[in-house]
Amino acid sequence: MTENPQQQTSSTGTAAIAGGPLRQAVVIGGNRTPFARSHGAYASASNKDLLTAALNGLVARFGLQGERIGEVAAGAVIKHSRDFNLTRESVLGTVLDHSTPAHEVQIACATGMEAIGGLANKIRLGQLDSAIGGGVDSISDAPLVFNDAARSVLMELNRARTVQDRIKAVLRFRPGHLAPEAPGTEEPRTGLSMGEHQARTTHRWGITRQAQDELALASHHHMAAAYDRGFFDDLVTPFGTLTRDNNLRADSTLEKLASLKPAFGRDLGEEATMTAGNSTPLTDGASAVLLGSEDWAAARGLPVLADFVDFETAAVDFVDGQEGLLMAPAYAVARLLQRQGLTLQDFDYYEIHEAFAGTVLATLKAWEDEEFCRERLGLDAPLGPIDRARLNVNGSSLAAGHPFAATGGRITATLAKMLHKKGPGSLGLVSVCAAGGQGIVAILRGR
Amino acid sequence: MSTDSYTALVNQPLGHRLAQALGLPQPAILRRHRPGAPLVDGPVLVLGGGPAADEAATHLLDWGQDVRRHPAAQDRYGAVVAAFDDVSTPAELSATALELGAVQRQLGGSGRVVTVYQDPEGTPDPAVRAARKGVEGLTRSLAHEMRQGSTANGIILGEGISLGAPGAAGALRFLLSGRSAFVSGQFIPVATDGGATPRDWDRPLAGRVAVVTGAARGIGAAIAETLHRDGATIVGVDVPAAGQGLADVVNALSGSALQLDITAPDAGERILAHCRERHGRMDVVVHNAGITRDRKLANMDADRWDSVIAVNIESQLAMNRAFLAAAGDGVVAAGLRIASLASTSGIAGNAGQTNYAASKAGVIGMVSATAPLMTGGGTINAVAPGFIETEMTAKIPFLTREVARRMNSLSQGGRPVDVAEAVSFLVSDAAGGTSGATLRVCGQGIMGA
Ligand SMILES: NC(=O)c1ccc[n+]([C@@H]2O[C@H](COP(=O)([O-])OP(=O)(O)OC[C@H]3O[C@@H](n4cnc5c(N)ncnc54)[C@H](O)[C@@H]3O)[C@@H](O)[C@H]2O)c1
Repeated sequence: MTENPQQQTSSTGTAAIAGGPLRQAVVIGGNRTPFARSHGAYASASNKDLLTAALNGLVARFGLQGERIGEVAAGAVIKHSRDFNLTRESVLGTVLDHSTPAHEVQIACATGMEAIGGLANKIRLGQLDSAIGGGVDSISDAPLVFNDAARSVLMELNRARTVQDRIKAVLRFRPGHLAPEAPGTEEPRTGLSMGEHQARTTHRWGITRQAQDELALASHHHMAAAYDRGFFDDLVTPFGTLTRDNNLRADSTLEKLASLKPAFGRDLGEEATMTAGNSTPLTDGASAVLLGSEDWAAARGLPVLADFVDFETAAVDFVDGQEGLLMAPAYAVARLLQRQGLTLQDFDYYEIHEAFAGTVLATLKAWEDEEFCRERLGLDAPLGPIDRARLNVNGSSLAAGHPFAATGGRITATLAKMLHKKGPGSLGLVSVCAAGGQGIVAILRGR
Repeated sequence: MSTDSYTALVNQPLGHRLAQALGLPQPAILRRHRPGAPLVDGPVLVLGGGPAADEAATHLLDWGQDVRRHPAAQDRYGAVVAAFDDVSTPAELSATALELGAVQRQLGGSGRVVTVYQDPEGTPDPAVRAARKGVEGLTRSLAHEMRQGSTANGIILGEGISLGAPGAAGALRFLLSGRSAFVSGQFIPVATDGGATPRDWDRPLAGRVAVVTGAARGIGAAIAETLHRDGATIVGVDVPAAGQGLADVVNALSGSALQLDITAPDAGERILAHCRERHGRMDVVVHNAGITRDRKLANMDADRWDSVIAVNIESQLAMNRAFLAAAGDGVVAAGLRIASLASTSGIAGNAGQTNYAASKAGVIGMVSATAPLMTGGGTINAVAPGFIETEMTAKIPFLTREVARRMNSLSQGGRPVDVAEAVSFLVSDAAGGTSGATLRVCGQGIMGA
């Protein structure tokens, strides 16, 4: 930054937390690495490498070198136990002031949204003037875990006091013990993968193969067009060999998508509709979003793209109750709209995370369904349909891929930029589903 | 970094004797600028009888140099300033020229000869013009005769401009210093008394905001580093695909990164908006981004030709239009300073580079035609690098590279920082008397001599 006399001005007045009025938390901008299909371009990069790169790109874009940020919050869904302080360690690897505090957040695929929303609240309360929220995930850097039988032998060996005990413990080793437990997306309580869960939901809501393939195709085409327009020029900084997300297929067609064999819900036979083409692949990548108070941004000559208005978390009982694993956002949106006095049709843009095309379509259908809205959401009338031309207009996870914890940052920065272009007062809705039957939704307002 | 292991070799005792015995070139390790280091290594001898000699001595004394006005056989000099500003016929060159020759062997390594004379074009008189032109020939030839990393360059004073002018002082200081390590056989015209002497010669760009295009690597990264060392805040621009390198460069310099293809129609506007919003000002622009797409003209396709013209010259013309229109608007400095990267290929031509040479000769034309359009004391100049050791030239096959890097009076390739030093000088107030010019940084390469 240049020597700016205004830099010294801190927020004036009493913080909300100390009795003053609430203030706006604004989105200044974001940065992410290109996303890479797992075990590919980023196979040798760690979570820390990726998150550090995303942060350093953000620092370069906004000239934050040596700046002490109020707080950095991020997380990874799948990480090594040695990375207990992943975010703080990443911050220490950047050119930010090393007295910038940092903490971990983890709520599966909604990690980035929780990190950003929590920080925005602290800004609004006057506890922070600036913050960076985001997340990272790398399936390529996933920890391999010994299976339980092997762990029991190893723990016994560790506890053994005499040579004899040690030999006894070692003799219990079997070749099968060497097979590690790879990380997966299985729900611990059902043993079903996320795809299998969604396959059931997709089927229950009668979402067709064609509708899913069309949504996937639109995602690829929208995102490729956005890259070509230069839309991502100030949202992405290349990493390693990648300058764009390598899952992106600009030349995808409905025919190609239609030729894929079902990957999930094969027990549904003829009625299986979910393929590798309309589901997100495992992906590596990181994202970061810069937030601040209006004063903090103004003092540094930083842009203000959007207000982070509000966010809401919901969870559904997918184990015993009759709800789909990834349907929580449908509930969260109903509550958030009610709190903010808005209708589902009030938004200029909708960013609904495409974990699977079926997730987006089932959610949209649920909002239009009278019975669902009455019985499950407790509403008098359905939330109703949305203008599909406003949905994921620059592509979403089906095209970019979905490094779990990094998706919230990708969506928030993208939407904030779109709303800023649209103009002051424009509204955007974010919806991100997560493992464990949870989901986070948020509202942003353009500036 | 330099991959020139030959230069390292001949600067060791054994390698030196070997090269001598075989009659091989003996490149010296050049003296380069370090903040705080002495301007010149040793006393400076000032020769000649015109007013420029006195003015040179005054500058040098101001800068704390040990100045000598008369040669002494036992002295070893760091530099010689030879003033020819009073010659009115070729016969009058003799006295100072021969005095200069007599002390040439007393110059230390990386020594400097700076000649000063008046602009030949400034007089209609055949004898006067012949005499002034003669200084040019003398200086160029002497540059070929210099050894051990020493250089010879000239300062051309415009009509009514004395060596006392701030721009002339700036040129003198640049040519004496390690900043001009790879500049030899060249002339800096000082046509006006514009510009100013910096408060701190080690931070001539203090408080300035400088935009550098193509800053992610190579010469652009070196320019960003050098301008920052000299006090400027850096806005680094490069294509989105080079964003990782760009982030590394600007993060090391506490600058800001703007990922932008300079061929975008609104590139100038976007650079202006970035400077306005983030830094509140824009004082310096360095058009460094450039590409090569080499092919003999007979094999040239439209894509190669057009892309080189678009990146290397059309983009600069378009951006300059936007910048000049905004000059003095409270964000863009009224006295905006622009430097643009040309190439010796644009001067001498080079087989396989018709497109590139067209673009780079175009840059030379552009700066000379834009100079009169600059307002508020602003300037625009070009720097034409010769063989510079970069990732780009490291890819040239070994033998071709080895030959190319020796084909100059210093028998070595230049470093990116040598180009950067020339750029940093030209965008400083100390070069405020020079506009529309092209300065070669080529070690007096034989290409385009
Ligand atoms: N290396 C030499 O010996 C030499 C000699 C003469 C002139 N030059 C000139 O010096 C300049 C720098 O050369 P270098 O050797 O560092 O080259 P380089 O290829 O290493 O770097 C050029 C930079 O410009 C960027 N760039 C290219 N097109 C761009 C665009 N459309 N928008 C934004 N950025 C763009 C590139 O991404 C790259 O980072 C060029 O203008 C070149 O023509 C170099």
